[in-house]
Amino acid sequence: MGPIDRAAVQSALDRFAGKDVYLHLETTNGAYAARDSENAMAICAYIRNGLVRYERGVIRGDGPYRVGLKMENGWIYAEGLTDWEIDAEGRLLMAGHDAEGRLAIALELSETPFRM
Amino acid sequence: MERHVLVVYPHPDDETFASGGTIALHTRAGTPVTYLCGTLGQMGRNMGKPFFANRETLPDVREKELRAACAALGIQDLRLLGLRDKTVEFEDPEALADRILAVMKEVRPSLLITYYPGFAVHPDHNALGAAAIRAVEKLPADERPVVHCSAFSRDCREKLGDPDVIIDITSVRDVKMAAIRAHRSQSEAMLARMERDPAFRAVREATLRQEVYWTYRV
Repeated sequence: MGPIDRAAVQSALDRFAGKDVYLHLETTNGAYAARDSENAMAICAYIRNGLVRYERGVIRGDGPYRVGLKMENGWIYAEGLTDWEIDAEGRLLMAGHDAEGRLAIALELSETPFRM
Repeated sequence: MERHVLVVYPHPDDETFASGGTIALHTRAGTPVTYLCGTLGQMGRNMGKPFFANRETLPDVREKELRAACAALGIQDLRLLGLRDKTVEFEDPEALADRILAVMKEVRPSLLITYYPGFAVHPDHNALGAAAIRAVEKLPADERPVVHCSAFSRDCREKLGDPDVIIDITSVRDVKMAAIRAHRSQSEAMLARMERDPAFRAVREATLRQEVYWTYRV
């Protein structure tokens, strides 16, 4: 992965639009967040292999970036994205990394299911 | 000396951070160690520093790191349960216990090392520890291994008292460090912080001198 190229990500989002695509979306602050700080909760949510179809996908911001995917009956949203790649299987992988290089958010799209 | 040690933890690197020194002492004494590792840590947020893994490459990266760490620790029998990170507590606990029980019946450990249910912070730790203890309960009393549990929740000493098993691992410090380095994606950020943060370094150094357990009475 490398720093997001906004135009290239936009092209990739356009390529996946209007198709049934598998979604991986997650955010986390780490399983030890509650132990390591008195006032914190461990927070995590993820969806793996949600099958979705969006009509319009847009990347916005100056970095970290936001992505919104507009579906017929809803939205998919991610904020804090810093890095991206198209991997060898043609999947669009985007992630937001903190100063320590730890993943804080990920948004990924694929035409085939992600490995369980 | 133990006859056979069975280690049951959910993530690649739990064996190293929680019990790397203990395991190294057993393998150096010639005791066979079987490690039953629950998941591939697919949902870890550490990706190396600077990051070199991503969400989709992480399971393969961590499996390779795990095999290297096991080699460093002298573990010759590594078995993967094939569960998914963060989902252990949602699996059928009896089915999970039965899978661990089958391994216990095969290797007949004299000692089981796992996490103390309820006192091991990560839900996967607590759930797999509970399944391992459930497996011990299913054995006839005279076939049960001694159970040593690792715990590190904020309230573990308040609720459980002081640990009754204290292992001095200073003689295998370098082995534990080699295993930590083998888990490169998970340890690089921690090792970098040890270099720049003396208070953090002191906390981590303590885990290179001693590993502690609570005996679980089944």
